[in-house]
Amino acid sequence: MTDFIQTAPGRTLENVAQDHYIPAEAPFSAVIRKSQTIRIEDTYGQQAVDTLFYNAEDFSERYSNQDTMREQGAAYISTGTRIISNEGRVMLTMTADSCGRHDTSAGACSCESNTVRFGHQTRYLHACRDNFVLEVSKHGMSKRDIVPNINFFMNVPIEPSGEMTIVDGISGPGDYVELKAEMDILLVISNCPQINNPCNGFDPTPIRVLVWDSEI
Amino acid sequence: MTRVRRSPQDIAANRARYEEHQKKGLEYAPKALPGTSPLPAPEIAPDKIIHREVIPGGWYWSTHINKHEVFRVSLDSGFSTLSLIAWSAAETSERLNLPDTMKVQWTTVLGKGRVIFSDMGRVMFSVTEDSSGAHDGVVGGSTSGSNAARYGEGTRNTRDNLILLATKAGLDKRDIPPALALFAPVRVDRNGAFAWKPELLHEGDYVELRAEMDMIVGFSNCPHALNPDTVYRPNPVTVTRIAATEPRSGDLCRTATAEAVRGFENNARAAV
Ligand SMILES: [Zn+2]
Repeated sequence: MTDFIQTAPGRTLENVAQDHYIPAEAPFSAVIRKSQTIRIEDTYGQQAVDTLFYNAEDFSERYSNQDTMREQGAAYISTGTRIISNEGRVMLTMTADSCGRHDTSAGACSCESNTVRFGHQTRYLHACRDNFVLEVSKHGMSKRDIVPNINFFMNVPIEPSGEMTIVDGISGPGDYVELKAEMDILLVISNCPQINNPCNGFDPTPIRVLVWDSEI
Repeated sequence: MTRVRRSPQDIAANRARYEEHQKKGLEYAPKALPGTSPLPAPEIAPDKIIHREVIPGGWYWSTHINKHEVFRVSLDSGFSTLSLIAWSAAETSERLNLPDTMKVQWTTVLGKGRVIFSDMGRVMFSVTEDSSGAHDGVVGGSTSGSNAARYGEGTRNTRDNLILLATKAGLDKRDIPPALALFAPVRVDRNGAFAWKPELLHEGDYVELRAEMDMIVGFSNCPHALNPDTVYRPNPVTVTRIAATEPRSGDLCRTATAEAVRGFENNARAAV
């Protein structure tokens, strides 16, 4: 755990609208109102935070990794990135990032893909896509609503040769991203349970999600 | 929820296992793969052709394909980019998954010898022939916005085409996965920026995709959003559906990588 880092003069732990502790490996969701700011904090460092966004008014509008990458002209997510929906609209804007690089091309781990990547013996290990299914089902959605996500704090360099591999995360304790909502958003997180690759340093840890109102 | 953090011994053992996988994935497969298929594409025996569809520039098409049948997608009428999505015919919530396809094979370059995965860890297609190696699984199809920015208003785009074909297949826009763009020479530079590499494409390029399960497949023939041509001029693309042949033992796509082997084991288990 690290101390609170103040990114805007008015933003304190006393005036947060929402403050959530998300245990290691657990799912989470919350509604974020337009113009609120979300902070996702990698409390202990080196923890991949698999994240999806839906339009809170119409869940058929949701995060699109391909549209987001095309709009940025780049494969990675950082400060200034506009988070784009499948309808081509800006859902959120990334306003701060103490880490520097986040993945959106590798998607979430699943029990099924784990068998292919790491062997059939990993079939019965908890995985992000199960977290996502459990969490979106609370909102009337199902597996078909799960799309490729953002992996905050996960380091997946793509080489000019095409080589793509998950390597050690570069985030340290207390690293954070901040995103300003441009519409009412359903935020869905899987605090990744993956222990077969270095996205969590092979040891998943808790994270924190804070939300502030627009005037702060 | 209380849990004990993993011990340094557990972490070290998991790291060693990952590094072994990574080394195999990065070093073994590229050596085992044969490179691109020679041109021109060989003739297809007429009695093997189930159907031939020439998709006009700007348009879409969807069809069924059965296990072990093959799609040959060919640029017989000049350059174009054809976007592809697919659903399992038996269970349409199982669908093309490009992040899994790329990460489990340790590469964004999907050429001859590679396979294309569903979100359920099963193989949907084997890439049995491919003359270009220039396909894009990262950025995918165009949208009304990306077309308007490049060409102005009024041109057909892949996002709308996929909504149309999904809807006509009884599905809806919630069912549309990110698309694989065939004949889109996209690479990623060291800073993560995208580059368009037209030198990777050749006249008459083709790719053959062997179906590894029964599927509904959709195609959209629209210029790729990163294609720098400022004139909207997609050419027709020919899709030929070829009769099934049983893969031989030692089939390249089924044996080239440990990941593909395990994917096909998942296909076999699903059939039980
Ligand atoms: Zn995960």
